[in-house]
Parts: sequence; structure tokens; C-alpha cells
Amino acid sequence: MEYEPVIGLEVHAQLLTETKLFCSCLTAFGAPPNTQTCPVCLGMPGVLPVANKKAVRYAIALGLATGCTISKTSLFARKNYFYPDLPKGYQISQYEVPICRRGFIDIDLEGEKKRIGITRIHMEDDAGKLIHDEENPVSRVDFNRTGVPLLEIVSEPDIRSPEEAVAYLRALRDILLYLGISDGNMEEGSFRCDANVSLRAAGEEKFGTRTELKNMNSFRHIQRALFYEIRRQRALLDAGEEVLQETRLWDEAKQATFGMRGKEEAQDYRYFPDPDLIPITVPDEWIEEIRESLPELPAAKRERFISVYSIPEYDAGVLTSSRALADYFEDAVKGSGEPKKVSNFIMSELMRELKRDERDISECPVTPAMLSELLVMVDQGKISGKIAKDVFEEMYRTGTKASEIVEKKGLAVERDEGALIALIEEILAENPDQVAQFKAGKTKVLGFFMGQLMKRTRGKADPRLSNELLREKLAE
Amino acid sequence: MELYDLSIARCRKLLEEREVTSREVTASVLGRIERVEGSVRSFITVNAEEALNDAALKDKEEQSPEKPLLGVPLAVKDIICTKGLRTTCGSRILEGFVPPFDATCVARLRSAGAVIIGKTNLDEFAMGSSTENSGFFPTKNPWDLNRVPGGSSGGSAAAVAAGECIGSLGTDTGGSIRQPASHCGVVGLKPTYGRVSRYGLVAFASSLDQAGPITKDVLDAAILMNVISGHDPKDSTCAPVEVPDFTESLIPGLGGLKVGLPREYFGEGVDPEVAGLVRRAVEMLKDAGAEVKEVSLPHTDYAVAAYYIIAPAEASSNLARYDGVRYGLRVDEDRGLREMYEATRAKGFGAEVKRRIVLGTYALSSGYYDAYYRKASQVRTLVLNDFKEAFKEVDIIAAPVAPTPAFKLGELVDDPLTMYLSDVFTLPGSLAGIPGISIPAGFTSRGLPVGVQILGPHFGEEVILKAAYNVELARGDLGKAPEL
Repeated sequence: MEYEPVIGLEVHAQLLTETKLFCSCLTAFGAPPNTQTCPVCLGMPGVLPVANKKAVRYAIALGLATGCTISKTSLFARKNYFYPDLPKGYQISQYEVPICRRGFIDIDLEGEKKRIGITRIHMEDDAGKLIHDEENPVSRVDFNRTGVPLLEIVSEPDIRSPEEAVAYLRALRDILLYLGISDGNMEEGSFRCDANVSLRAAGEEKFGTRTELKNMNSFRHIQRALFYEIRRQRALLDAGEEVLQETRLWDEAKQATFGMRGKEEAQDYRYFPDPDLIPITVPDEWIEEIRESLPELPAAKRERFISVYSIPEYDAGVLTSSRALADYFEDAVKGSGEPKKVSNFIMSELMRELKRDERDISECPVTPAMLSELLVMVDQGKISGKIAKDVFEEMYRTGTKASEIVEKKGLAVERDEGALIALIEEILAENPDQVAQFKAGKTKVLGFFMGQLMKRTRGKADPRLSNELLREKLAE
Repeated sequence: MELYDLSIARCRKLLEEREVTSREVTASVLGRIERVEGSVRSFITVNAEEALNDAALKDKEEQSPEKPLLGVPLAVKDIICTKGLRTTCGSRILEGFVPPFDATCVARLRSAGAVIIGKTNLDEFAMGSSTENSGFFPTKNPWDLNRVPGGSSGGSAAAVAAGECIGSLGTDTGGSIRQPASHCGVVGLKPTYGRVSRYGLVAFASSLDQAGPITKDVLDAAILMNVISGHDPKDSTCAPVEVPDFTESLIPGLGGLKVGLPREYFGEGVDPEVAGLVRRAVEMLKDAGAEVKEVSLPHTDYAVAAYYIIAPAEASSNLARYDGVRYGLRVDEDRGLREMYEATRAKGFGAEVKRRIVLGTYALSSGYYDAYYRKASQVRTLVLNDFKEAFKEVDIIAAPVAPTPAFKLGELVDDPLTMYLSDVFTLPGSLAGIPGISIPAGFTSRGLPVGVQILGPHFGEEVILKAAYNVELARGDLGKAPEL
């Protein structure tokens, strides 16, 4: 039977505020355990939360960037449950009235656009971290992360494949990075994703029973876990069995999902408005001010790249996939004035190197100015396009400027007419058959002679000059 | 007259004139505690040594208008955090807990120069109306040791009545300042919700809790209000409202003032002697020039029900943090996390606290939320609107504090419903968040004090203080003191 996967995603993005959501403790990652705590985030008796205004602004910024309606008044609510990493015995979240509602993100799937709805975006505080002692039956708690501000972004069940899921997550992460409100770091847990997955018969309106997948720490994990889960559910349905509504954990080592707790253990969080916090009221001026301060977002930037730089849609899409990459491109264009050539070089040579080393553009040893210099050298005929690629590899490896490498290694284009003519004469003399072919009108063999010449000059022969000289010599 | 009998104002005057030292007053109060504490039992912790040292330091400090309480020994209800001084909330579950910070109201008392003499007894987590729910021991009413002092701030009220402090702080969630003040023959003021910072007041029901003064007279209540009131950036629910000098509103004469008597507060179920004393106080208001008229607060009957949904619901969440993980009691038999939670909370909490946690957990449960918590919140709005309507017609409302004078110890312990109903006249004002003061109106034939309650509109502390002051003037000296 044909099934259609239905996927909805819940993303938790940690906000880049300096201080926690409800107290003034720092949020820096990696500090020694329990050094970034105070009575408030430790949930001591008598303490009270005070909302971090910056976190609210960040939430509004994401809401505006994703076309959400911003609630003029929203409420913090308590989500009650017991766990040792939750010092208050409840998480402060938003329930009935979140700060942002009903938005969307457009994703691009090999040229096809699709709009994924966003149900809601709300603020909440993070829990602490349990550290289990490997040797003793003891667990310790690190409360540094307790109270760190998170945005929970809940998508509509509009996603139909693991690829779409990853495209949505990348687009969302891009927006967060563009806005500068989250670092999107999945390894450090500042961008986490849970997925609700169900299958329904093709053409069916009603959703099937869903499972909730957790513990996926990279886009690759997410994709694999979704693939696995879709296959697992399909096998169950095909065998006439039922999918159990449950939470399942992705086990990367075993490449499988495993049920965590069944329905019988379903939690009742007893949400109610937090009486310690007054409603968040957002004046219109605030919204307008934040809207005006929003940076150019990926979609708008893509459009601009196409129209201003006259580069293909595909190139624009790749180049705007991150704000840093787009900035890199624009800086390199500024120095070289050749958008398409810059784009080609970035998309082939530069991205290949970065991908191989799993490096981010921000870690690229070749600066935009260095790339400009290289491309200008090609443009001015100082080196050949082929040599440029070798020079670039060297630049990437060593961080050295193109001009220095060319100088040191003697890679500059061979322009000495006398030397070139000598080589050409040599080649023509050695290949009388091809010369005859050329004279008989087969101009294609010109390529053969150029190849020979490049071989003998190790690619350094000036192509234009060589071409001229070759034609001259052949015409003799 | 002994030094421990001084009011805050008189104590300050003598200190200012160097007639006495803070050390002398503090020693007198500590001596009094030593003599009567065995029978009254107002304190969970007496901070004797530190208080004496502190008093000696205060004696060396310069007098200044910023220190209106310099050298005055005060008691603080043991649900308000005091830095370095054990804070139990009257609960075994917080045994050994020493807060690393001062509540904002305590910090303000300290910076005004007060000496903290000790922490007073209360119903566990302020849940109760008799102080019998203390996890440690019950406090007795200084006027009749067989009777309760009221609650939950029974320790603070009894300590003031018995001369075990010059003044004190209590907290009021549903009447916990006003009712014990009434039962102990002292003045108790519950401020407007949002007038006094709740930071450091250990939460029972966050949308209702307010700290306030329990004192020997109205002037003292005004003096303490001057110190503890005002916006606090640590409490989002604490209003950025200007704080007047409350002592300036204490002027004789109530010409032009309209007093409302709510029909619903003078019906059946009110002890005739109590009703009589309240009416006498109303006559005093009239004599001072006030105009009296009947008003209606039609949703009064529903207030108790709404309160006993909202307060336990918030409490069930507020008390979740007492889980044995980080502080206080832990009962750990190496049987796992869940068992540790259960054993700790089973042993640490008393019956009334458990009852309310269960009530509140139920009211918030999925499927019951709309029928209970949401409905109760709606009723709360109606109760608030009753007052808003009434305050369009009158400036203040006068009413009984409780239907009866102090009852006997043990009388209602096994009858929680009747105990809950004894809060019927204080709960509506709490739900509405309005200020209320209880001031002694007189004594019953058995010699038990009875207070009259005066309620005002939001941030109307000045007008209720003024009215209470006029009752006090007309009443004159109480004329007797507890025999201890």
C-alpha cells in the first residue's frame, strides 16, 4: 500500500542573550558546573522570576521573520512535572497564548518551493543537566543551563518527507543565524529538534497515529531517524498492526528508534498561567521598531542576488544559505567586480574544500579579499584559470596570498613570445598528421595543439597569446 | 510600663532622645520572651544573641530620617526569608534551610535600622487559620491560652499582643494577617496586592500573598508600611506606584467619608457579640463624621469556593520545589528517585498542606481545569467587580474580620470545612487584591478581643489607615492587657 508520511517538527533554539530568561545569571556554554546559578534559577524558596526583555525582543524578531502574528498580550504558564534537573518543579513556558502564532517558512526543494506552516513560537526556560556517575550509583545536577532562554518553534504537520524536514530545519536555522538570535549549534544543544511522524494511506485526509522522535543531534540523524521511523511504521501498517502513540528515542549507534514511555505514562503537565509574571504586552511601536531593525532575510537576499548580481537562481540559493557565506560572496565581488566568476569559484573550489574539512565559512583561511586578488589575477591574464585552482588549494592550505604563491612557485603565465613560438614549432614539427588535418579544414585539432602546449608549459602558457601564435604558425 | 510594651513610635522617640538604648529595649523584649514564651510559643526561632549584638551596633549608628526603625526590635513571620537566619515556613520539609538572601521587605526593615528579634510561628506554609497546622507546635492566644491566636500569622500576632516584640511582619493570603490580629487584639494590615514586594516571601498562593504589618496601633502600621512598600525590580507583580507617607493620613475626623456596610457580611452565622462590636466601631466612624450606607457584594458566597480552588492550585505548583534534591529534608532509602520524592514529601509535609496539594493538583488536571481553575478565576473577577461597584458608592467598607472570636485549640482541627468558612469575610478582599486592616473594636463578655475590618480600593491604604485611626481614637486605650 502507498503511504504518505506526515511530519511536524518542534525545534528548541537557545537564544543568544547574555543572561538567563528570568534572572541575571550568565548563559555562556561550558562553564564549570553550578558556577552560573543564583537563588532564582536554583528555585530557592521565596524567589521570583523577572522576564528578560531581550529574549522577548528576540522572540518577536523570529516571529516577524517567519510571518507570524505577534500577540499583543501573551502569558507565561507553568508546566508542572518533577525531575531533579528542574529545580522549581515546573518549567516556565507559554501555553494558551504564545508570543507568536501562525507563520510560515518557505523551503526550496531542487527548485520547487514549498511553504511549511508555523503553528506557534513561544518562550520557555531550559532545564539543567544530569551528570551520571559511571562508577557509583550517584547522579549529579549541573544547573548552569537552568533558566537559559529557549524559543520553541512548532511547525504545522505540513512536512511530507525527511528531505523536506531537513530543508525546513536548515531554513529555520538560517533565519535564526541571520537574525543573530541563536548560534544554531546542534552539538552544544542550542538547536534541538523533536519530530512527530505518522503515516496515512495516500489520498487519506485523516492523520494516522503519530510517534514523537527525540534525541537527534544533527541534520543527518534527523534524516536517518525519520527514514527509519517511516519504514518502521510502514512495516507495522502493512502487517496489519497498529502504531503505538509514544515517544521514541533515536539511537545513532544502532540506527534505530526505541520506545521510551507508553501512553500509560503520559504526563499531565497541569499548565496554568504563572501568577509570578505579569502578561507580556507588546506595544505596536515595539513591533515596528523590531521590524525595522531586522536584517535582510535569506529569501529577500536571494532575490536581490539574482537581480543585482545577475547570477542564476541556483547560485543565489547556495550563496544565501548562510548570512556569512552571502557576506563572503558580496565582499569578494566588491574586490573583483565579477559576480558570476566569484560565485562559480565559491560554489566549486571553496565549498569543496570547506565540505571536505567540515568547516564553516567563518573558519575559511582564505578571506574574501584574498579570493578577489586571485580572481583579478586570472581576469588580467596573469595566471590561467587552471593554475588558479592549484593556487587556491595552496591558499586554503597555508593561508598565503595568491600573488605570493604565484611569485614563489613561478606560476605566472608564460608570455615570452619567443619561448612560446619555439615550443609551437617543436609541436608542429612532431605532429605533421594533425597539421595536415588542420590545413584540410579540421580546425578542431587546434585544441590538440593547445593541449600539447599547455602540457609542455605545465599550464602556464597564456591562452590568448598561444592561440594567436598557433594560428599564425599553422597559417604559414 | 515595661520597655517591651512600647509601640514602635514611642520606642523610636525614646531611642531618639537617648532615653533608652536599643540594647535595653531588645534585652527587655528578650526577657519577656523568656518569661512568657513557654506558654504562648510565638517563635520558631529566637535570634537572641545576634539581636543583642545588632542592637548594640544600632546604638552607635547615627540617627537619620532614612532609618525610621533604628534600633527597634521586630519579629518576622517565618515564611519570609532572612539571610543567614533559619527560615522554616513552619514546615519540617524546610528543616535546616538557611536562606542565602533577605526578602525585599526584610532588607528594607534592616536598612531602616530594625533589629530582627526572631522568626514567628505559623500554619505550615501559611495554610490555616489557627497556627495549629505548624509543623512544630501550636501558638496560644495570649488573651486565653486555651484558644488559638488565629492564623496563619498567629505567631506574629501573639508576639505583638504578648509584648514579645515591638512590632512584626505577617503575611496574608486569605486573611492571615487580619484574622489573627483580630483574635489577638492588635492591628494588622494587608496591603494592596502589588504594594509590597513578594521577593523572599515563600510562596503559598502567588496571586494572593502579601506581607504586611502586625502592630500595637495604627500609627505603627503606617510606619512599617512606609518602610516595606514600593516597587521592587525583583518582583514583576510589585506595582511601580508612588509610596506616600502613610503616617500623614492619620488625622482625626472623617467628614465627607462614605462607609459601606456589605449586606452579605452581617447576616446569619456571625456571632452576635462580634456583630455588636463591629456595629459599635461603625458608630465610632459615624461619630467622626462619616456617612454610613448599606452596599451589596453579591458574589460573596462564591468567594470561599473560588479561593479554595485558586490558592491550592497555585500552592500545588509552588510547593513542588520541596523535593529533597537541593535543600531541606531528604528521606532517601536508596530506593530510587521516585521513592525519594514520595518519602520526602510524605514525611516533610503536614496533613493540611497535603490536603491542599491534592486539591490543587486535581483542580489543574487535564479535563478538570476548565471546570475548576478557569471557573474559579472567572468568579474571582466577579468578586473583584463587586468591590469595584461598591467603591463607586463608598470610600471604604466596614465589616467583621471573622464570624467568631478566637476559638478553642483543637476545636476545628478535624473540621477543615468549618475552618475554611471562618475566612469568609477576609477571602473576598484577598481575591480582589484590595487592602484591608483589622483594628481592635473591643472585647467580648469573655474578654476576647474582636477586630473590625476596614477595606479600601486598590492602593487605598491611606483611607483605611485614616478610618482605623479614627476608630482607635474613639475607642481609646484598650484598657487591659493579656495576663501572662
